[in-house]
Amino acid sequence: MLRSRRWAASCHAAQLGQPGLVEAFKKQIGFWAKEHVLKGVTTSYNRPHHIFAVFTACFTFLVIMAGASVTSNDAGLSVPDWPTSFGYLVKVPHFVGGVRFEWSHRMVAGSLVILTVAIAAWTLLVEKRSWLRKLALAALGTVIAQAILGGMTVLFLQPPAVSSAHAALAQTFFCIAVCIAMFTGQKWVEELPEVEFDHRRPSLFTLTLLSIVVLYIQLILGAMFRHRGMSWWPHVAHALIVAVVLTWTAVRALSVYSKIEAVRKPALIMLSLLIAQLCLGFAAFLTRVAWGRDAVQPELPMVISTVAHVAVGALLLATAVVLSIQVWRHVPVAFAERVTGAERTPQAA
Amino acid sequence: MKKTWLAMLSLLALLGLLLLAGCNKKETSESQPAATPSAAPTPAATPIDQATVGSVSGAVKLDGAAPKAQKIDMSQDPACKGVNEAENVVADKGGLANVFVYVKDGLGNRTFDVPKDPVVLDQSGCRYHPHVLGVMAGQTVQIKNDDPTTHNIHPTPKDNREWNESQPPTAAPIEKNFAREEIMLPVKCNQHPWMKMYINVVKSPFYAVTGPDGKYEIKGLPPGDYTIAFVHEKLGEQDQKVTVGSKESKTVDQSFKAGGM
Repeated sequence: MLRSRRWAASCHAAQLGQPGLVEAFKKQIGFWAKEHVLKGVTTSYNRPHHIFAVFTACFTFLVIMAGASVTSNDAGLSVPDWPTSFGYLVKVPHFVGGVRFEWSHRMVAGSLVILTVAIAAWTLLVEKRSWLRKLALAALGTVIAQAILGGMTVLFLQPPAVSSAHAALAQTFFCIAVCIAMFTGQKWVEELPEVEFDHRRPSLFTLTLLSIVVLYIQLILGAMFRHRGMSWWPHVAHALIVAVVLTWTAVRALSVYSKIEAVRKPALIMLSLLIAQLCLGFAAFLTRVAWGRDAVQPELPMVISTVAHVAVGALLLATAVVLSIQVWRHVPVAFAERVTGAERTPQAA
Repeated sequence: MKKTWLAMLSLLALLGLLLLAGCNKKETSESQPAATPSAAPTPAATPIDQATVGSVSGAVKLDGAAPKAQKIDMSQDPACKGVNEAENVVADKGGLANVFVYVKDGLGNRTFDVPKDPVVLDQSGCRYHPHVLGVMAGQTVQIKNDDPTTHNIHPTPKDNREWNESQPPTAAPIEKNFAREEIMLPVKCNQHPWMKMYINVVKSPFYAVTGPDGKYEIKGLPPGDYTIAFVHEKLGEQDQKVTVGSKESKTVDQSFKAGGM
């Protein structure tokens, strides 16, 4: 309690720009970081565990692309039964037409369930941070829920709400997998975070949270359009809001906190992905809505553009989540605390 | 605490999977009796004096140049060796094929016997034959697969029950019926995404589908004032009023503008 008040007083001094107190503040940061971050972490970097977490995240990205291929090729119901495929769990069916996409998606998704069970078990065994163990269990719960939604999509003949939930949960799981990979990384475990306070309003952390919210809404609108639950225009209109919010966030991060690598990198990637995503969205609109409206079958340009649009969308959401976490870690929000007269001069006491 | 949470999670997942497996079985068991006649007594057909019946016939034309048929790429299944052209607009020398023509209004409260013979829908060359089909509500549609590959038949109705079944090459025909009236009910195959056709479910036997020359004929109409509807999958619906007298044969032609696509 006393430590937190000292911390607050030091922060306040730093905000006021008092030179003597700023030095004390800097010492305090080191003290706080060692006390709360380094000493708090009793787990050490586990390279194989981290590599496996990265592999799981990359594999999730592959599953998302496979799922997007199923929707883009209108092959979601080419295998009418579930959890079996034409009566078998793993037997390869006649590998033609839409079956190629749907069956492949089922197989890679099934493999991802196994990978998730493995990463959850491994995390429970080696990880000492309880919140990370809980996150690994959340990943397991999410992948099971995702499998059930996938089954419901097939058995209930693709209701737009269920199919859209399946699409949204896929990217939610991807974000969780990316976070596990980040939290098990050497940088996260061993580095002393470079901290810089945020005095602006809205804070950068608020902006990153807003970015995640608008991206998630965009994901749902896109999924509803792809699964014939909604027209295309809400997705297109909301893209403008997404572009404004994400640009605002990235520009703030890059202009004010570019010294902090952990913030600069994801902000830069987010901005690049946003530009790529807007171009892909335009291409998908042209090939699918404008030119492909009367197409007798899904054509290659519309399949490529829509799958790429989904894939980059997943990367964009995951990058926004990473940026938000790094901002929370490196750019805490400065605050003013009312302190008593006795505590105003803690150094002299 | 942790073990309890894990147990709860596992139990929930198991319940979800069991529920889904149950749904799967239910879907299969419900799909079979759909072909059998309903247990509810059907009202007796209103008698029609065959000595007075007339007919309506004519031709449906496409005004303007017919669009070039879209090419279909069947390369994703080597077993598909059908004609590689779409059938969404088929027009030959001005005659528009695949227009569903039916008596939309004027029959009053008359009821009609549902034919015992099934209407056949064949899958051959990875295409549906016919492309547009008319059937009475409750009448059996027999779906055959003459291709050396598996198809899935997936109607996506608005007012009838949706279903999706696969049919391997040597499988027995699938028999289904549709309980409610519905015009241009789409049927597709998700394995071969170019395979699309339309079933038209009506309450009376007074319907026809235009042939390659655009001609049609509806026979056995009792005398009366009728609205004849002409429905095309791309060009929409157009209606015409006609009065059919006793033993009278009326000609009702219709045209669709090619620019409407």
